[in-house]
Amino acid sequence: MLTIENLRASVEGKEILNGISLEVQAGEVHAVMGPNGSGKSTLANVLAGRDEYEVTGGTVRFKGQDLLDLEPEIRAREGLFLAFQYPVEIPGVSNVHMLKAALNTLRKHRGEEELDAVSFLRLVKEKAALVGMKQEFLYRSVNQGFSGGEKKRNEILQMSLFEPSLSVLDETDSGLDIDALKIVAEGVNSLRSPDRAMLVVTHYQRLLEYIVPDYVHVLAHGRIIRSGGKELAHELEDRGYGWIEQHARTA
Amino acid sequence: MNEQIHADKELASLAQREYKEGFVTDIDADTLPPGLDEDVIRTISRKKEEPEFLLEWRLDAYRRWLDMEEPGWPHLHYPKIDFQQISYFSAPKQKKLLDSLDEVDPKLLETYEKLGIPLDEQKALAGVKVAVDAVFDSVSVVTTFKETLAEAGVIFCPLSEAVKEHPDLVQKYLGSVVPAGDNYYAALNSAVFSEGSFVYVPKGVRCPMELSTYFRINAMNTGQFERTLIVADEDSYVSYLEGCTAPMRDENQLHAAVVELVAMKGAEIKYSTVQNWYPGDEEGKGGIYNFVTKRGICKGGGSKISWTQVETGSAITWKYPSVVLEGDNSIGEFYSVALTGNYQQADTGTKMVHIGKNATSTIISKGISAGHGQNSYRGLVKVLKGADNARNYSQCDSLLMGDKCGAHTFPYMEVKNPSAVVEHEATTSKISEDQLFYCRQRGLSEEDAVSMIVNGFCKEVFKELPMEFAVEAQKLLGISLEGAVG
Repeated sequence: MLTIENLRASVEGKEILNGISLEVQAGEVHAVMGPNGSGKSTLANVLAGRDEYEVTGGTVRFKGQDLLDLEPEIRAREGLFLAFQYPVEIPGVSNVHMLKAALNTLRKHRGEEELDAVSFLRLVKEKAALVGMKQEFLYRSVNQGFSGGEKKRNEILQMSLFEPSLSVLDETDSGLDIDALKIVAEGVNSLRSPDRAMLVVTHYQRLLEYIVPDYVHVLAHGRIIRSGGKELAHELEDRGYGWIEQHARTA
Repeated sequence: MNEQIHADKELASLAQREYKEGFVTDIDADTLPPGLDEDVIRTISRKKEEPEFLLEWRLDAYRRWLDMEEPGWPHLHYPKIDFQQISYFSAPKQKKLLDSLDEVDPKLLETYEKLGIPLDEQKALAGVKVAVDAVFDSVSVVTTFKETLAEAGVIFCPLSEAVKEHPDLVQKYLGSVVPAGDNYYAALNSAVFSEGSFVYVPKGVRCPMELSTYFRINAMNTGQFERTLIVADEDSYVSYLEGCTAPMRDENQLHAAVVELVAMKGAEIKYSTVQNWYPGDEEGKGGIYNFVTKRGICKGGGSKISWTQVETGSAITWKYPSVVLEGDNSIGEFYSVALTGNYQQADTGTKMVHIGKNATSTIISKGISAGHGQNSYRGLVKVLKGADNARNYSQCDSLLMGDKCGAHTFPYMEVKNPSAVVEHEATTSKISEDQLFYCRQRGLSEEDAVSMIVNGFCKEVFKELPMEFAVEAQKLLGISLEGAVG
């Protein structure tokens, strides 16, 4: 599904990603962990196509296409979804309006029929219940006046509505209390399927208690310094990032 | 790269849109040579076969105008207008009295068809019923649904016809809200006005359909000076919409209109404008100078006047639709969206004058600036001594796109009664790169995202427009935003 080879990227001339290679197959959940400033969020944003990140080398193939060649909206329509670390507020635009516009754009791209207002509302209410979002949030302006947890829940709502083939979750756990974390994780888990993949970017092992990954990758200074199974996350929790960085240097 | 600079670059071409109403109709016209003096005014009055009182009224206005100075206070920059270079009358040549649409010059019908204005009652029957008065340069081409309206007792006709058919009503109300010497442009209009619409809704009548006037400037070097007068008698209701377009020309053209509204006890007038005069090109060449005086008076208790305007056109806009709240418990409202792109400039807002007791006024103004556009809100809330318990709420929001445009707010308050409650809120925001990226990550194109954000910004105003016109306004804004992002 996703093949990253020797990916390099910089922001304002400063190199953040130093040659990342990663292979994600359909049905897999990969966790990308690392200390602050290791390049986790940069990786997520580069995949989604944010302009301020300049790709300086390497290739990314997504479902057989050159991902880096595609505009952000085309990446989204092709099935790449980014759950934002800091979801943006859009005053005046009702949540439900944006969700409908986006879903129908995606459906059109997939050659599916666009949903009318009635069937859309039925669907979105069902999904909202699934992620524990109160219906009133559907009618508020996009993310405006939402608490941190509500914003993240709104991201998961969109994810479950759009049913992307690859979901990239950028520190979705940050700022969540344990109850919110569980609900978010449930939403994510309900989307796990043999034809979908996920890339879960996180600082803490905590989230991985609820979203159990197939693979864990540790990022430091813009490179993957270690990959392993889910037990790697536990090891990190016990011994900290320092241990693994030292390990990487001596290796 | 700095995020905002990037967003600015992408949005810089915002108002470089196609102006699809910019065509010229090739038609024989009876046009006065440029220039203005008392003879010109006499000629206009004679051409329109006006009664003596109106000619005197015009001449009086002209003499006042000669002593007045062009206002220098608006936040607008433009070269001095040479009033002797303008022609003050232009009418397409046609038979004098038209009994049916069949007699209207097909070229004119074609023009309105191209503009999407329904002049054929039969065709209109299928869709939403709107009575239209079509004004082409200085004359009215046709007014539809006159019979249907007459059955309800509603008078809807060109002002020049009203002068002949209902001289008493015209004499009683013309200039009663905006006097001939009110301001520079109103005085000019009073001297040379050539057409406009007249509406009278009798006591207790709810006008059975939307009324609408469509103004079209066609002739070169010609100013359009229309005058609209709407009188809603006790406990009546009328909703009125005006639309306007003009061909694309390199020269600036002057449009100086006056609109007067009179609402008697318990009456309600809803006045909506979708203004789409040619705004000039991306270098600021050409476009309409739009200097308009609009004022309504809530004369009787419990009356209501509501102005809703969507302004996307004109090189220069200078207008402040106002409400004089004379009756007790009267209500005045002003809802406005003003978009300035390219080198457009707008100085617009409202005046709410509280005279009666327990009157309330609401002002919602949304300014959108893009390109080199300059957008100013100027509003006055005045509460006179006897206006007990006056309530006003004002909200002025500005949305900026790019870093070469400007938004300015000039709120004035004069409160002479201690029981008044006057609130003013203002915000300025920018469409950010973050917002655009967020929308694009959800699959929306950049253009759809901008249009969605702008429409969201204007929602409070659009919901005040009659349904079918709200759709029209959204479309217009969409067209205005076309090519906004590259």
